[in-house]
Amino acid sequence: MAAVTKEASRPGNRAEVENDPRRDRIAWWLFRVRHSLSQPAPYIGLLGLLSFLLLWYVLTELLNVPRFNKLPGPVAVWEEFTSRRPTFGTSIYTPDYYKHILWSVWRVTQAFFWATVLGVPLGLFMGWRKTFRDYTFPILEILRPIPVLAWVPVAILIFADIASREAPIVFLAFLAAFFATALNTLLGVQSIDESYFRAAQCLGSKPRHIFLRVVLPGALPFIFTGLQIGVGVAWFSLVAAEMVSGEYGLGFLIWDSYVLSQFPVIVIAMVTLGVIGYVFSALIRMVGRMMMRWVV
Amino acid sequence: MSIVNFTKVRKSVFSPTTLRGIISVVCLLAAWELGRHYHLPFLGAVPAPSEVLVALDRIMSDGKFWDHWLTSFVRVATGFVAAQIVGIPLGLAMAMNRFTHSFVFPSLEIMRPIPPLAWVPTAIIFWPTTESSIAFVIFLGAFFTVVLNALGGARNIDERHIRAAASFGSRPWDIFWKIVLPATLPSIFTGMAVGMGITWEVVVAAEMIAGKSGLGYFTWASYVGGNYPQIIIGMISIGIAGYLSSGLIRILGNVLTPWQRRF
Amino acid sequence: MSAASNSSNGEHVAPSAGAIEIRNVTKIYDPDGVNVLAVDNCSLEIAPTEFCVIVGPSGCGKTTLLNAIAGFHEITRGEIALDRQTICRAGYTAPPGADRIVVFQNGALFPWSTVLNNVAYGPIVQGKVPAREARARAQGLLDELGLSDIGDRYPGELSSGMRRRAEIARALINDPKVLLLDEPFRAMDALTKGVAQEFLLQAYDRVRKTVFFITHDLEEALFLADRVVVMTTRPARIKYVLNVDFERPRTFRVRSSRRYLELKREVFAAVRDEATKAFEAGERELA
Repeated sequence: MAAVTKEASRPGNRAEVENDPRRDRIAWWLFRVRHSLSQPAPYIGLLGLLSFLLLWYVLTELLNVPRFNKLPGPVAVWEEFTSRRPTFGTSIYTPDYYKHILWSVWRVTQAFFWATVLGVPLGLFMGWRKTFRDYTFPILEILRPIPVLAWVPVAILIFADIASREAPIVFLAFLAAFFATALNTLLGVQSIDESYFRAAQCLGSKPRHIFLRVVLPGALPFIFTGLQIGVGVAWFSLVAAEMVSGEYGLGFLIWDSYVLSQFPVIVIAMVTLGVIGYVFSALIRMVGRMMMRWVV
Repeated sequence: MSIVNFTKVRKSVFSPTTLRGIISVVCLLAAWELGRHYHLPFLGAVPAPSEVLVALDRIMSDGKFWDHWLTSFVRVATGFVAAQIVGIPLGLAMAMNRFTHSFVFPSLEIMRPIPPLAWVPTAIIFWPTTESSIAFVIFLGAFFTVVLNALGGARNIDERHIRAAASFGSRPWDIFWKIVLPATLPSIFTGMAVGMGITWEVVVAAEMIAGKSGLGYFTWASYVGGNYPQIIIGMISIGIAGYLSSGLIRILGNVLTPWQRRF
Repeated sequence: MSAASNSSNGEHVAPSAGAIEIRNVTKIYDPDGVNVLAVDNCSLEIAPTEFCVIVGPSGCGKTTLLNAIAGFHEITRGEIALDRQTICRAGYTAPPGADRIVVFQNGALFPWSTVLNNVAYGPIVQGKVPAREARARAQGLLDELGLSDIGDRYPGELSSGMRRRAEIARALINDPKVLLLDEPFRAMDALTKGVAQEFLLQAYDRVRKTVFFITHDLEEALFLADRVVVMTTRPARIKYVLNVDFERPRTFRVRSSRRYLELKREVFAAVRDEATKAFEAGERELA
């Protein structure tokens, strides 16, 4: 081939960088950490957090401002959380604390699992075949505006036969997540540029090829967005359901502590919820990044 | 050319798509009715459309029912508007000022995963009345979405628009009102629409847990009182109410952002 | 050399790979109840292995013709035949296939696959060879075309020039009868475009397939084509056909030859009218 083409096709001077990819990646990561630590942003953020904590402390415990002083302050919460013999029975040393966490986590995992297993394929088919979508989309759109928690009584009725208290709770979380995963998956398929379908057709694909090699990978970014949203709303619904009719779980813990006037525990449970919710989202994001290595 | 393209409308209304949609909804209703009739497991526990229609007929004339509607709407409106008033300026401020962003964002991100309903006991302890505590929880529910959408929208403004304005000699004030705000409006309205959905979720839940009025309370009370068909009425009412609210926002959005209209 | 007329010149080409006949093709769009005449009674015969370039302002309906040949769109009247077999007429369009592969305007390399897997895609899904051999062949083709290093990269990591070349490789590995290119180099800057054009010419010299190339760039057309077909703007009609007789293989030096300038002068006048009309029209382009 002509010299022109050969020259043009050799990528820059990338040869040197390719020496030890793993070492280079660590070095790059270290560089980024060092770089961000030298920016003002993280410190200002820390300042913001500390200001918030300080404000909380001042209003509730130091100055005893009316109404605020009924709320548990950071000191009370921290003492409760870290004491070996907590006044209200919940700290990092009590097994009950972890039992509540595990119950909630297990419920969300179930709900999320079913929402993914049912929602993603449904969304993919809806996006791929217009006829199928024509039949199924109206039903979804009619059911979707009904807030998930409005389903509580119906959920209890539906599962009354099997006398399970777990099933309605998981069902509600599932429902919330299901709409998110199915709809985002549908949007994902619709977001795929028409050219990719046409290119695949030109190259002699059969329908199953198009489904597995174009529809599925093409929708993946939206699918993961949907999964993240799904897990978020699943938590939201789960907590509400637990508050209404649960026996264990963080939502139940919150309500129960309120009823028993164990206010610091409320905050402990809330913060735990926040942290775990964040961890779930982060996990999904990580899995997403691993599965979508092509995203620049 | 008229605003409404009648051929287009006619084509989309009288299309196979609409027909299939109608068929599937009818089938769903039929299956539901039959499931109840034949006492199918699970599905049979739900009151049938026929029973619901009977109950509907009875309740439409009951003034208290419409009171519930009003109460819920008022709650939604207060909490929602409060969330917009606080959230939009905060989001815009965060987009325009790096210090504000760095200061507020981490705290926001930490508070966000906490489900709004987890705040209910705290709100009840703090606020003097049930109404205000419910309003506070509603506010929280919508707040985060609103802030993030305003922030995201403002951040995604094409830098070139701002540069073009600056090269015409605009002052920062002008740039804000004439470029940043209009450019962010679409995202703000998206945030509103999503926030509205969350708001209804929170309202219903809060009413079920701690309320004495409103559509959520109505639904729960129907269950407790054994009037099962009314549960369905409650659910459908909430769904319709939510849909109407979102529709209102969408219309408002279209009016205020005419350049987004599809051509 | 005067321009040939746009009717068939009486030669009957024996059925061989890649002869396209476009006969009295008309396409009427009907979005929202408004009739839009996109293509008006076009007829064209493309000989096997001919490099035919269609030139016209953007949005004049040339892509419609390409889409009809490829099997993505229907036509309202007329007929299109490939090697004497009808592939398109009113009410029937043969489904897209590997005998007429398209290289798309904005690039359609699958972003979620590596370049190697992209190139091997055709052979793999057609099931004619096992996957391993398909990949080996793909790597072989990439080597031949001077693209050996990019096999395991994702398209998102590559420059647009690289991507386009990989896409051409992906098409060629399937040995199509016709290669359809829809303004493939449109989004590139002029320098990259020149190199990409030479790449295409080199590939063409090696495999000699029928090429149906669409562009709005007159210089590109004259550089690449055996025949240049100028089309009018909305509706699309064939206005002018020009034979380009530079010898192959062509190099960039052709572009500064006197003959090139003469041809340019000849066609430019024809194109300019249409370009002005499109400019004045002011409506959103159909593209």
